Amino acid sequence: MTQYSATMPAPLDTAPEASLQSRLRRAERMNKLKYGALILPLAIFLMLTFVWPIAALLKRSVDNPEIITAFPQTSALLRGWNGQALPDDGVFAAFAGEMAQIKGTPVLAAAAKRLNMEVPGFRSLMMRTVRATPLEAGASAREVLIDADPRWGETATWQLLARNASPYTMRYLLASLDHKVNEQGKVVATSPEEAIFVDVLLRTFGMSFVVTVVCLLLGFPLAYFIATRPVKTANVLLMAVLLPFWTSILVRVAAWIVLLQSQGLVNQALMHLGITDHPLQLVFNSTGVYIAMVHILLPFMILPLYSVMKGISPVYMRAALSLGCPPFRSFWKIYFPQTLPGIGAGGLLVFILCMGYYITPSLLGSPNEQMASYFVAFYTNQTINWGMAAALSAILFVATLLLYAIYTRLVGSQNMAARAR
Amino acid sequence: MNPFFAKKSLLMVALTTLFAATSAQADVTIISFGGTNQKAQAKAFYEPFTKASGVKIVASEYNGEQAKIKAMVEAKNVSWDVVELESPELARGCEEGLYEKLDMSKIGPKADFIPSALSECGIGIFVWSTVLAYNADALKGTPTSWADFWDLKKFPGKRGMRKGAKFTLEFALLADGVKPEDVYKTLGTKAGVTRAFKKLDEIKPYIQWWEAGAQPPQLLAAGDVVMSTAYNGRIASAQKEGKKLKIMWANNIYDFDSWGIPVGAPNKADAYKFIAFASKPENQKVFSGEIPYGPTNVKGTAMIDKAVAADLPTAPQNMKGALASNTQFWVEHSEDLEQRFNAWAAK
Repeated sequence: MTQYSATMPAPLDTAPEASLQSRLRRAERMNKLKYGALILPLAIFLMLTFVWPIAALLKRSVDNPEIITAFPQTSALLRGWNGQALPDDGVFAAFAGEMAQIKGTPVLAAAAKRLNMEVPGFRSLMMRTVRATPLEAGASAREVLIDADPRWGETATWQLLARNASPYTMRYLLASLDHKVNEQGKVVATSPEEAIFVDVLLRTFGMSFVVTVVCLLLGFPLAYFIATRPVKTANVLLMAVLLPFWTSILVRVAAWIVLLQSQGLVNQALMHLGITDHPLQLVFNSTGVYIAMVHILLPFMILPLYSVMKGISPVYMRAALSLGCPPFRSFWKIYFPQTLPGIGAGGLLVFILCMGYYITPSLLGSPNEQMASYFVAFYTNQTINWGMAAALSAILFVATLLLYAIYTRLVGSQNMAARAR
Repeated sequence: MNPFFAKKSLLMVALTTLFAATSAQADVTIISFGGTNQKAQAKAFYEPFTKASGVKIVASEYNGEQAKIKAMVEAKNVSWDVVELESPELARGCEEGLYEKLDMSKIGPKADFIPSALSECGIGIFVWSTVLAYNADALKGTPTSWADFWDLKKFPGKRGMRKGAKFTLEFALLADGVKPEDVYKTLGTKAGVTRAFKKLDEIKPYIQWWEAGAQPPQLLAAGDVVMSTAYNGRIASAQKEGKKLKIMWANNIYDFDSWGIPVGAPNKADAYKFIAFASKPENQKVFSGEIPYGPTNVKGTAMIDKAVAADLPTAPQNMKGALASNTQFWVEHSEDLEQRFNAWAAK
């Protein structure tokens, strides 16, 4: 469409021309609508399966509904509180009243769990306090609460409530970057013995990078080899690449465990050959993870490389050689640059897939090899802290987008797309 | 007892939900932790129950993750009827409205049970214990305390421990000389937690972490580790298979596994019938004979053969110096301590 409008004659001032122009425009609009209607199902499908889940995920990472759901009135009152001295009796009364209302319901449990996340021990504080409600007529809410637990007489306790009395929180995102909001409301780094996620994210990138490079080093010669064979041989070789690709990941991972364990085939072979006299530790450490990840992701490197190499005409190389350029130099100057789109596509594919890997490191690695997705699964399944799981996913998602942006800036996606044809 | 094999159980769950959806509605779906424990349950509870009542049972396993149950309850599309649970998960799920508040009149007289086995939403199935297990062939001498587990000079070799803060920290403190009755008090303080991790630092390079209850016997038998923390029942099963594994009972940590009914379970009435059946002393006796976990029904304890009784966590000599897992403590602290454990383990 844009091409069409670009070739349109420049607008003229005379009246009949203008009406022709408006007619043209209308026709163009109709066309646009028709195209739009055609892609509508796809757009809706993408919205439902792609955009909406990601948006929901991102929202979940900042969602903070527990306190305002459980204590709407108290939350509203605390927002107007200066945070210096203890809140006034009105806040105490509202809080005690709302406590009584949600006594014994999941709403209270959710709020208690949320606060316990901030300060361990808050769950029992809430559960103990709720036992003192509802208040007897005429009793002072302040006295009853402080009597139930003296911590209600401390400003810090109320500050914690006040900090969480908003529908959104940065807590999960900060925690995924090893930061937290301290009691004074400032963002600080978590203590070194609790900090973990920055290391995990760096490790995720580092491992993905190594796997990508190894895949490239192994995949490139193989793709070249297949691409230069006659069709019949190439097809057989491609089958050999694809066959493991179609096997379940779990099966392949389990097979690696069998092969690499201390009494496994690989170790037995090494010992028979006299290369080593005791079994090497090849699994449940980084070696095992790298071997299996490279094996699983190799086809994703080979296939794009192969398709690009297949499209490179052998004429160029022949021309270079016949003009007297030495073989390696002509490969490097003539052939290699033409494979760059394949390297780019394969590298990006492997890298991004690798960043989301979960099963392979969790089965073949030690705690030192676990990547970000392991912790996403940990928070989703084990502790049911879905905010934290969403925040980690969000960080991973943003990191991937950033990386992609840098990549397209470096290689130029337009250029790439044109060359990859 | 926590984990079995995550991926396998995921598949099983998918299959059983599929199966449960297509087969007759009357089948009761029971989820347990799998392995030898589930085999014993099948023999003691599932098969006789089907024989007695005609109600078919779909048995499946999971890893203790509460996420699936939470998702099912929130979506009001529950396909599980009875679930085996560890105590902290039960307590938390009960407060959060994931499990039915049980009506004891449908199950049996309260007085028949060990008091601590009963809670608002759950009823104890059995008492199990985490013990120190060792390979008698690979070890010179006999470990007698958790300090020996830490003693790399006296007992060189790798150690197996359950991946996670729960129990690992308790054992570290016990090895550091904290008395069993003071363990949770110490662990409740910041200094106590630091002390536990410092103690763990001593053997960190020698620890092989395990996640599924079936792993420690394998690791021990294969010689990958010389000592390991382990569930006592799994070690006993391996002994039956002829493996030379031994248990040190000193300062073991015991806990209950309980039955719970997810809110909105499709066959609630049959679920109650099943729990009542499985809580009967004669059935619990059969279970303890299959795998040495102690009955929660006091009458069941009296029926057990003497030979079996000595291997149970509830036997008086095994109870001596034993530590009851503190559910309240773990409900409160699992979030921060597991986080710290993960950070520590990943370094």
